[in-house]
Amino acid sequence: MSVNTTTAEEVRPPSPPGPIRWLKKNLFSNWYNSLLTVISGVIVFFALKAVILWVFFEANWDPVTHSLKLFAVGQYPPDQLWRVGTIVCMVSFLFGVSWKVWGGTVRTFALAIALVLGVAGLLPVSMGLGLRLWFLSNPLLTAIGYQVGRTPVGKSKWVALGWVVSFFLTIILLTGIEGLPWLPPVKSGLWGGLLLTFLLAMVGIAASFPIGVALALGRQSSLPVVKAFCVLFIELVRGVPLVTVLFMASIILPLFLPEDVRIDRVLRAMMGMTLFAAAYMAENVRGGLQAIPKGQVEAAKAVGLNGFQTMALIVLPQALRLVIPAIVGQFIALFMDTTLAVIVGLMELLAVGRAVLESNVEWKLLNMEVYIFIAAIFWIFNYSMSYASRRLEAALGVGKR
Amino acid sequence: MSRKIFALLSLFVVLSILLTACAQQAECPECTPCPECPEEAAAPAAEEGQSRLEIVKERGKVVCGSRTDLLGFGYLDENGRNVGFDIDLCRAVAAAIFNDPEAVEFVPLTAAERGPALQTNEVDILSRNCTWTSSRDAQWGNFTVIMFYDGQGMMVRKDSGATKLEDLDGATVCVTTGTTTELNLADNFRSRGLDFTPVTFEDTASVYNAYEEGRCDAATSDKSQLAAVRAGFANPDDHVILDVTMSKEPLTPAVPQGDDQWFDIVKTVMYVLINAEELGVTSQNVDEMMNSDSPEIRRMLGVEGDFGQSDLGLSKDFAANVIRAVGNYGEIYDRYMGPNGDAFTLDRGINKLWKDGGLIYAPPLR
Amino acid sequence: MSQEHIQVITSSNIPLWRDERIIKGIVQVISAIAVIGFVAFAIGNVINAAHERGLSLGYDFINQSAGFPLAESVIPYDESKSFGYAFLVGVLNTLRAALVGIVAATLLGTLAALARLSTNWLVNKIASVYIETVRNIPLLVQLFIWYFAVFQGLPDVQESIRWPGPIFLSKRGIYMPAPVPTGTFGAWMGFVIVGLVLAIVLRIVLGRYQLQTGRTTYPVATAFAVFFGLPLLGWFIVGQSPLTVDLPVMGKFNFTGGLRLTIEYAALLTGLVIYTGAFIAEVVRAGILAVNRGQFEAARALGLSNMQVLRLVVFPQAMRVIIPPLISQYLNLTKNSSLAVAVGYPDLFYVGRTIINQAGRAVPVFSMVMGVYLFTSLTTSVLMNFYNRRVQLVER
Repeated sequence: MSVNTTTAEEVRPPSPPGPIRWLKKNLFSNWYNSLLTVISGVIVFFALKAVILWVFFEANWDPVTHSLKLFAVGQYPPDQLWRVGTIVCMVSFLFGVSWKVWGGTVRTFALAIALVLGVAGLLPVSMGLGLRLWFLSNPLLTAIGYQVGRTPVGKSKWVALGWVVSFFLTIILLTGIEGLPWLPPVKSGLWGGLLLTFLLAMVGIAASFPIGVALALGRQSSLPVVKAFCVLFIELVRGVPLVTVLFMASIILPLFLPEDVRIDRVLRAMMGMTLFAAAYMAENVRGGLQAIPKGQVEAAKAVGLNGFQTMALIVLPQALRLVIPAIVGQFIALFMDTTLAVIVGLMELLAVGRAVLESNVEWKLLNMEVYIFIAAIFWIFNYSMSYASRRLEAALGVGKR
Repeated sequence: MSRKIFALLSLFVVLSILLTACAQQAECPECTPCPECPEEAAAPAAEEGQSRLEIVKERGKVVCGSRTDLLGFGYLDENGRNVGFDIDLCRAVAAAIFNDPEAVEFVPLTAAERGPALQTNEVDILSRNCTWTSSRDAQWGNFTVIMFYDGQGMMVRKDSGATKLEDLDGATVCVTTGTTTELNLADNFRSRGLDFTPVTFEDTASVYNAYEEGRCDAATSDKSQLAAVRAGFANPDDHVILDVTMSKEPLTPAVPQGDDQWFDIVKTVMYVLINAEELGVTSQNVDEMMNSDSPEIRRMLGVEGDFGQSDLGLSKDFAANVIRAVGNYGEIYDRYMGPNGDAFTLDRGINKLWKDGGLIYAPPLR
Repeated sequence: MSQEHIQVITSSNIPLWRDERIIKGIVQVISAIAVIGFVAFAIGNVINAAHERGLSLGYDFINQSAGFPLAESVIPYDESKSFGYAFLVGVLNTLRAALVGIVAATLLGTLAALARLSTNWLVNKIASVYIETVRNIPLLVQLFIWYFAVFQGLPDVQESIRWPGPIFLSKRGIYMPAPVPTGTFGAWMGFVIVGLVLAIVLRIVLGRYQLQTGRTTYPVATAFAVFFGLPLLGWFIVGQSPLTVDLPVMGKFNFTGGLRLTIEYAALLTGLVIYTGAFIAEVVRAGILAVNRGQFEAARALGLSNMQVLRLVVFPQAMRVIIPPLISQYLNLTKNSSLAVAVGYPDLFYVGRTIINQAGRAVPVFSMVMGVYLFTSLTTSVLMNFYNRRVQLVER
């Protein structure tokens, strides 16, 4: 409670602390504040009462509780679910290692994931033993990862390498390999739910990063032709809504390709997302580039580095460090934007929600329950990410020279 | 240290693009990567002059533009398998080429995607209860054989007491946008001098959701679709489909333009389904019928003579394979919409064989 | 890059491939060839498709009759109008959603920002819960909640909620009385316009006089009095009432008459305003916090009231910080209005897609849709940047 007292408080003579004083200061300092407090208090009371009544008594959560698999992975073949499970375990383990090696914000993520999966495994609801064990194995793997992080393997470069490898493993595991009996190909049309939502956002941000950096450099370039193309691309993409870009990727793009060239639908959506994100990424990176003092470039030149070396070794590393919080912010935005894929017919989280509503005659009018559930999923992920990002920003700010 | 991380990161990102672009290539051999790698995209993999049949055979699958959200025509059963009247037409083509009704890749399409999917050759067949109109025929692709004669109807709540369109003056009507029904709705009301307020959505589910919630007084679509949707309502008996037919809706599978052989193959497979019903050949008795005395049946099943199988590039006994896999026209109809159909019951009406007074008619196989 | 520096190096015996100017030239030529080649390749494919598969690329369909109905329109529309006209309806519908949305979101955002800065703990917490909730849920999910769960959950039209006065709320929309001009409307409008002009002139003249002489002249109060007083006077002078009210009346299926807002429009607007409002709140709050605390204290020391401090000292300075991010929020709202497609509101993108379906011209129609969005975005940012520069100049 003392958090709310301002610094000016310390100068004043000490007055008796306590809840009454806090109330007086923060809620009833003068007549209109008192009035505001009373009015908003009444509103909050009734709103909370209605929400609690609805959530616990009136709402029918059947469509959610009976379709958790659909919400999680969509139509992914049930006998191949071990692949998704393995991926999550891998991520849990890597988070454990990263927690020890990098600490800070990563710790928040690692703890949050371990906690959520661990609690899910202990829930007193009926679920298969295998599923329960899988849930519980995740916090365990995080702990093991933490221990591994203490050994000599726990070096920054190894952890980074681990993440890179895991990214490729994820994609190989999900798509499968033709001709491998224990890893049959799974068509991307069957990926769905939270899995697809995450995949779209991850691939979008990862693939847009190099394109965005290239565009930002191009925009800063002294070559007029290159600069013009980059500016044109960035402004064109930023001037139109994402739905139109996705629509273009899904319907117009095939018209621009040679006959008999077909691109997978999910991949087309990913391409649309990537190009869209790249334009915004470019502007973020440009902000970082502009923040680097000219002296850095001049010093690099003086040491004898050429233009390419100056950019790659001096300017970019510093600029990218500055824009990490902005990139996290962009990831959150992209994560939310994946919902637009429902408009071009992909089975991401929101589309699963609609399919669930259609799948049972009795659930048809339970829109509120299903959409609130989806909103809650997004809120949990986004809030924790933006919370971590704010801490990261503070941490980077402290370390700034 | 941090420089190494950075180098690793960039390597990772570059590789990730390549991988995501190329991971899918294993599935479709003729697929080339994204525009991020233009030099590769400039070399299309498909050789010039390859016919669609050759492409399909090479791929090992027929790509079928379909839907998953319409009971009876295209939907998912409890095992997540694509089923329905339209779906079986695609399976019939697969059975004709590969003798395997499962050699189909179903691409779910929205109403808006149907035309572009044909124009861009994304699908080999579009079988998604799509109405044949002259402008679609000119712009989208080639329409093969009318497999379902439908007409646009109007569904209202029973308690509204409406029995004909004139009773709906001033009503709010829910309709799917981008369809022929949307155009017919306007035509019909205008020609009768009636007023209406449209509420339009792109996806069928939203249309009927809005109608069921009471956002609209009426919903309009093909009668078969209305029947399908009504069957899925919480209280189907509270709704009636008016006894008016607002338009002709010939539902027809279509193929992309520019390949006559492929066009003929799909047409012939459809004719086989119809002729098989006419000749009494079913999936149950097809093997006995091989020994039939009727030259027509023996010719169709490939026991004797030829009705152009080799010119189409199909095996001699493809018709037998088709019937064995999906049955004849009547069997397909009854499987989903017959008296004991999986989806709902809809009288065959004008979709009876011409012999029985309906419109279903196919040229002879000879 | 210093030119002389390069000159010196090239004059010595540097091989061609290390000459910076030549390298730059080559890089530019290569990139130009790559980009142009890629575009030409894509366009070539489309033209090829046009020849082989009957794809139409012309814009001749614009004058053909559209044939499809549209749920709402600000200009008279029926299905006999042309595709081009239908497209215009879509553009106007987008503008209608965007403009109203921008005004409302700005008000909501400012209010939330002030609440967030309030010393009242409860008000402060309500505002931050609002902002943190809304910002972290995708707009499309919010639109679905508003449309499918909230607005479609309103009572049937027969059991409309009746608000004080003849305002009716139901699944069919919000019906309210509409003003209808009568014969004397023109004359009365004259009074209104004169009142408006006079009010502005008085505000400026009196304000200047007050600044020069220091005598209190109540410029704002006077202007308001004139602005409202003159039309009121005119109302009585013209004799017959210049406006009558058209009340919504329950017909067989629906209300007829009156002003109608569909629930599709209402849901889109609610979603856009509440979502963007949260972002604007953060923008405004950052702007106000950016104003030096000393400014606030100095103004209080001069004896200005809380409102006056905000209006005269804090806001004008905060504006400089607020305007640029505010522009991008306005543009975001405009672009986000394309999500109307999910709730059945016929905006630009929606009508564009319908035309693509009905006319079968994907490429030309899509170029028109993109063109309008680009035009709106670019002109808005140009205008706002112009205003922004003006505000910035005031600084010193």
